[in-house]
Amino acid sequence: MSSATTRDVPRWVSVVLLPIVNLVAAFLVSGLVILAIGENPLRALAILVNGAFGYQEGIGFTLYFTTNFIYTGLAVAIAFHCGLFNIGGEGQATLGGLGVGLVLLWFDFLPFILILPLAIAAAVVFGGFWGFIPGYLQAKRGSHTVITTIMFNFIAATLMVYLLSQVLIKPGQMSPETREFLPHTWLPFMHEMAAWFGLSLARSPWNASFLIALLAGGFMWVFVWYTRWGYEIRTVGANQAAAVYGGISPSRNIILAMAISGAFAGMLGLNEIMGVNHRILLNFSAGYGFVGIAVSLMGRNHPVGIVLAALLFGALFQGGADLAFEMPKITREMVVVIQGLVILFAGALEYLFWPYLAALFRQKEPVAAPAAAE
Amino acid sequence: MNDAGVVGREAAADLSSAAALPAAIELRNINKSFGPVHANRDISLRIEKGSIHGIIGENGAGKSTLMSILYGFYQADSGEIFVDGTQQTIRSPDDAIAAGIGMVHQHFMLVDTFTILENVILGAEGGALLADGLDKAREELARLQREYELEVDPDALVGDIPVGIQQRVEILKALLRGAETLILDEPTGVLTPQEADHLFRILASLRDQGKTIVLITHKLREIMAITQNVTVMRQGRVAANVRTADTSTEQLAELMVGRKVLLRVDKKPATPTDVVLNVDGLRVVDGLGVERVKRVGFNVRAGEIVGIAGVAGNGQSELMEALAGIHRPTAGTIQIGDAQLTPTSFVDARDMREKGLGHVPEDRHRMGLVMPFEANESAILGYHYDRAYNGRILMSRHKIVERTAKLMHDYDVRPDNPHLPSANFSGGNQQKLVVAREMEQNPDLLLVGQPTRGVDIGAIEFIHRRLIEMRDAGKAVLLVSVELDEIMSLADRILVMFDGYIVGEVAQADANEGMLGLMMAGVDPAKQQEAVA
Amino acid sequence: MEQFTFFILMLDATARVSVPLILASMAGLFAERSGVVDISLEGKMLGAAFAAASVAWLTGSAWMGLGAGIVASVLLALLHGWASITHNGNQVVSGVAINILVAGLTVVLGISFFRQGGRTPQLAREERFLPLEWPGAQALADVPILGQLYSELLSGHNILVYIAFLIVPLTWWVVYRTRFGLRLRAVGENPEAVDTAGISVAAMRYRAMVLAGVLCGIAGTYLSTAQSAAFIKDMSAGKGFIALAALIFGKWRPKTTLLACLLFGFLEAASARLQGAFNVENASGAMAEFLKGLPFLIDALPFILVVLLLAGFVGTAVAPKASGIPYVKER
Repeated sequence: MSSATTRDVPRWVSVVLLPIVNLVAAFLVSGLVILAIGENPLRALAILVNGAFGYQEGIGFTLYFTTNFIYTGLAVAIAFHCGLFNIGGEGQATLGGLGVGLVLLWFDFLPFILILPLAIAAAVVFGGFWGFIPGYLQAKRGSHTVITTIMFNFIAATLMVYLLSQVLIKPGQMSPETREFLPHTWLPFMHEMAAWFGLSLARSPWNASFLIALLAGGFMWVFVWYTRWGYEIRTVGANQAAAVYGGISPSRNIILAMAISGAFAGMLGLNEIMGVNHRILLNFSAGYGFVGIAVSLMGRNHPVGIVLAALLFGALFQGGADLAFEMPKITREMVVVIQGLVILFAGALEYLFWPYLAALFRQKEPVAAPAAAE
Repeated sequence: MNDAGVVGREAAADLSSAAALPAAIELRNINKSFGPVHANRDISLRIEKGSIHGIIGENGAGKSTLMSILYGFYQADSGEIFVDGTQQTIRSPDDAIAAGIGMVHQHFMLVDTFTILENVILGAEGGALLADGLDKAREELARLQREYELEVDPDALVGDIPVGIQQRVEILKALLRGAETLILDEPTGVLTPQEADHLFRILASLRDQGKTIVLITHKLREIMAITQNVTVMRQGRVAANVRTADTSTEQLAELMVGRKVLLRVDKKPATPTDVVLNVDGLRVVDGLGVERVKRVGFNVRAGEIVGIAGVAGNGQSELMEALAGIHRPTAGTIQIGDAQLTPTSFVDARDMREKGLGHVPEDRHRMGLVMPFEANESAILGYHYDRAYNGRILMSRHKIVERTAKLMHDYDVRPDNPHLPSANFSGGNQQKLVVAREMEQNPDLLLVGQPTRGVDIGAIEFIHRRLIEMRDAGKAVLLVSVELDEIMSLADRILVMFDGYIVGEVAQADANEGMLGLMMAGVDPAKQQEAVA
Repeated sequence: MEQFTFFILMLDATARVSVPLILASMAGLFAERSGVVDISLEGKMLGAAFAAASVAWLTGSAWMGLGAGIVASVLLALLHGWASITHNGNQVVSGVAINILVAGLTVVLGISFFRQGGRTPQLAREERFLPLEWPGAQALADVPILGQLYSELLSGHNILVYIAFLIVPLTWWVVYRTRFGLRLRAVGENPEAVDTAGISVAAMRYRAMVLAGVLCGIAGTYLSTAQSAAFIKDMSAGKGFIALAALIFGKWRPKTTLLACLLFGFLEAASARLQGAFNVENASGAMAEFLKGLPFLIDALPFILVVLLLAGFVGTAVAPKASGIPYVKER
C-alpha cells in the first residue's frame, strides 16, 4: 500500500536527484559550521575545489585518496547487497595491508611481475579472511556482523600494534614500523608511469593501484548484476526466505559476500602499503574504512556511483588539507565533519526530503494498475 | 446478486427499527482510502448490546480496515462512530480503550519475554510503580478466570504457552481494561478445533454477562454457529446486514462472493498413471522443535490432482516445505521420480527442481517473488542456473527479459513490463507470474500452496484452468489449500491433514463438505457413525 | 600483606577505569532495551567530554561542565532519535554518522575556540571533579585490610565514580520495578504490543534516548574533568565500543553488564600494569614471546570475548527482539 507513493515517481528522482539533494543538505550544514567558526563558507568551498582540482599535484592527491575510497566503498556495498552491514573495513584494510607488506618483505627476491599478483592475492586473502570470520559467524552462529566487525576492527588494531612493536619492527628503531621495502617491489607512481610515455605529471602519491581499483569496480559491476553468484547474493539480501525457496543458500552467500567485502577493503593495502608508504606501519587505514560507508551510501551501492562518490570524498580530503593550510581557523577535521554529515543525510536521513520530491515529481497516472485491496 | 442486495437492505432496515436501546456501536457512512484503493466505502452498521455480531467477507473485503478504524489504528476519511449512543472520535487505541472497546488482533500483541501478568498490565499499570498494579491484576485475573472459563497461569512466560492460551491472554487484557465491546479478528485461524470450541464457549459466556462481541471471520460455519447478527462485506462495501437466524450458509456465501459460488470446475475424470511422488513415514520438526508433520505417507500419480485439506497450521506448510527441499525432514523418505531422498540425503530446493519439481509457494510475498527485484529477475528465481538464462560464463540479461516478456504474455500478467519491480503488480498478477514461472519449466510434479489466496476472481479461474490443463497433460499436481471449495472442485483425490497426520483420504466423487469438515476437526467420520449406530 | 595492598590498588584502578564503561553501558541499556541500536555511545561520550571541559573552563565550575556535557550528549541522542525513530532511518548508519561527526566537530570547534591543537585549556582544580576524602580515611589508612579497604577503595574517588556505581541499582530498579521500565522492555521486544496498548512507541523511545544521553553525558564529563584535566582529541578512545561490548556481554541486564564492565575495566588496568612488569630478559624462547604478547592479548580480550559470546561459544546473548528495526505501523 505504502509503495503507492514510490511507484508513481520517475526512477531518476530517487536514483539521482535524492542523493544530490541529500548531499547538498550535508554541505549546507557544513557551511553553517564554517560560518559558526567565523569563516566564509563560499571562500572555503573555492579553496577546497581549487585544492582538489586546481593544480596537477592536487589532482594527484585527490585521486590517491579516491583510490582508497573506491576500495572501501565497494567493500561496504557488496555486503549491503547481501543485506549485511560491514563496519569492519578498517580492520580488513589493516589485515590486507599486513598481507601485502609481508609479501613485499619476504618475497622481495622475486621480480615485480611476480610480486604484483602475489601482493594482490595477499591483500585479497588477508582482508577476505578478516571479513570471512564475521561472515561465517553470522551465517552459522547468528552473530550480528555489525557488532562482530566492530570488534574485529579493535582486534586487528591490537594485533598490528603487537606485530609492529614486538615482531616485525626494524631492529634498533623506536617507531613501530618495518624496514622499507626494496624499491623494485613498489607499485609505480602515476607520474613515473606517465614518464614512460614521455608525459610529465607532477609528483604525487597517486599510483598504479588506482587502476586496480577501477578494475575492482568493474569486477563488482559484472559480478553483482551479471553472474549467478551476484544474483544469489542479491536475493539473499532482499529476502532470505525467497532465497531458500529458490535453492539459494543464505549462509553460503553471507560468507561469500563478507569475504569479498573484506577482500575489497584489504586491497586498500595495495595503495597505502605497496603504493605510498613502502613499509608496514600503524594506522595506515586512517578511518578510510568508515569513509567507505559514506561512499557506498552516496553511490547507492553501485560501482559507478561509488567511483563518483569516492572522487567526491577524495576531493574533500585533498581540498580539506589545502583548506586547513589556507584558513587557519579550519582544520583537516572539517572534512571529518562533512563526512559525518554526508553519512547522516545520505544514510540515516535518506528519505528526509523524499516526500517533498515525490510530491513534486509524482506522475499523473500510476505506472501499474492499482493492486486489489489485500 | 440483485436478490441478495434486496435482502440485505431489508434486513438492515429491520434491525434498526427494532432497536430501542442505543447500539453498543454504530458506524455511519465510514469511508477510507489508501492511495487509489478504496478500502471502505460508505459503511454503516449497528452492533446490538449483549450480542455476538459477525462480520464476514473474503480476504480484502475491508473487514480489517474497518476494525482498525474502530480501534483507532486508522482514521476514517469520513463518517461517524457512535459508542453507546454518543458520538466518539477515536484517534488512537487509547481512545478506543477509553470508549470501552477492546481488540484481539489476528497476530497477538504480546511480549514473549514477559509473564502473562506483565502482559496483561502493560499500558494499564495503575501507577508509576509496578508492585501495586501487579497485585491488583493478579486478583482481577483470578476473578475473571472464575467468571468466564479463562484459565491461565499468571506467572507463565507468554513465549512458552500455546497460541490458544495466548489468545485468552489477549481477551483478558481487553477485559481488564474495562472493555464492554470485544473485537476478535479471525480468532480461529491459528486454533485447533478444540481450542476454537473453548473460545466459543468463552465468547458465549461473555455475551451472557452482557458484553458485546464482534467476530471478524471468513468462515461461514463460525458465523452460523455463534452469532446473532451478521454483516457481510464485499469489495469494501456492506453487502448486507442480516439476522443469523434469517439466513443460511449458501446465502451468506453468495453475498460474500457476489455471485453464485463456483463450486465445480469443468473437467474430465482423471486418468492417473505412474506414481511420481511417493512419501513414506515423513516427519518434520519446525524451528521451535515442535513436530509438525507426523509419519505422513501418500503418493501422487501422473495425471491427477491430489488435494490436501485442513485447517491452517495442521502441518500442511511444513509438509510442502519438506517436499520442496526447503526444510529438512527428520525421518521418512520422499521418492520423486527415480530419486529416493532421506533426511541424510536431503537436497535443497534447486536440486529438487532438477528432479522435476515445480513449486508455487503458499506465501508469494515471503517466498514466491523478491519484491524489490524487477519482474524478470523474480521470474528466474530458482532457475537462475538454467541454460536458457545464461551465456557461457555470465547471465544473459537479454534472454531473461525476453523469456519473461513471453511468460507475461502467455499468462496474461498485467502490466506486461518485465522491468517493473515485482512489488508493483497486483496480488493476482504477482501470483500469475509465480504460476507462470513454475509451470513453464514443465515439471513432472507441481506443488501448489494456497494458489488463490488474496487473488481476484478472474485470476482464480485462470489459475484453476491452468492446473487442470497441467493434469490433463499427464503431470502430477499436489494442491494444498485451506479453502475447502477449492480443494473439492479441483482435486481428484482429497487427503485431510489434522495435527500433523493425514487422517483420511477421499475420492472427489465421494467427498462432501460435512464429512471433510469432521475429518479436518480431527473426528473420524466412520467411527462417529459407529458410535451413533 | 603486600599482595593485599596490590590487590586493593588493582581494584581501585579497576573501579576508576570502569566508570565511563558503566555509565555508557547503562546508557546503551536504555537505548537498546527500547529497540534502538546505539553504536553512538562513543560519539556521545566524546561530545560530552568536549562540552564539559570547555564549559568548565569558561565558567570555572565543574558542575556547569557536567551540565554542558549532559546537554551536548542529550542533543546528540535526540539527533539519533530523530533519524532513527522519527525518520525510520538505519540505526547503525545514524550511529556511525554521529560518531564520525563528533570526532570531527570536537576538533574543529576546539581549535576554533581555544587554538591549542584540538585540546581544551588545562582545567584548574576547582574546575574539576576531585577525589572526596571520606571522614577518617587518613586515620584508618594504616589499619590492615578493613582500613585499607575503606581508605583506598571506598574513599578518595570523585563524586562521578560514586554516581556511576549508584546508577546501576537505580537502572535495575527503573527497568524492573517501574511502569516506565515495563514499557521500555516491551517496546524493545514488541513495539506493536505497546502501540495497541495505547502507548506511543516513539515517545517511549525518545525517553530512552534522553536517558542514554544523560548517562553518556556523565561518562564524557568524567573523562575530561575528572580522569583528565582537559579534553584531548579522540579521548574516548573506543570506550563507547567497549561499553557496548560489555552491554552485550552482560546480556542487556544491569547487574551482569556491571560485572562485564568491571571485568573489562580490570583487564584494562591489568594490561597497563603488565606492560613492562615482566622482566623479559630473564625468560627465554617461547615464554618470552608469550610474555611480550600477553598485554596485547589482554587488551584485545574484551573484543574476543564478545565475539565468542555472540558466536554462542560462551553462553548466548539474545538482543531485544525489536532492536534495530524502525517501527512502522502496518495494518
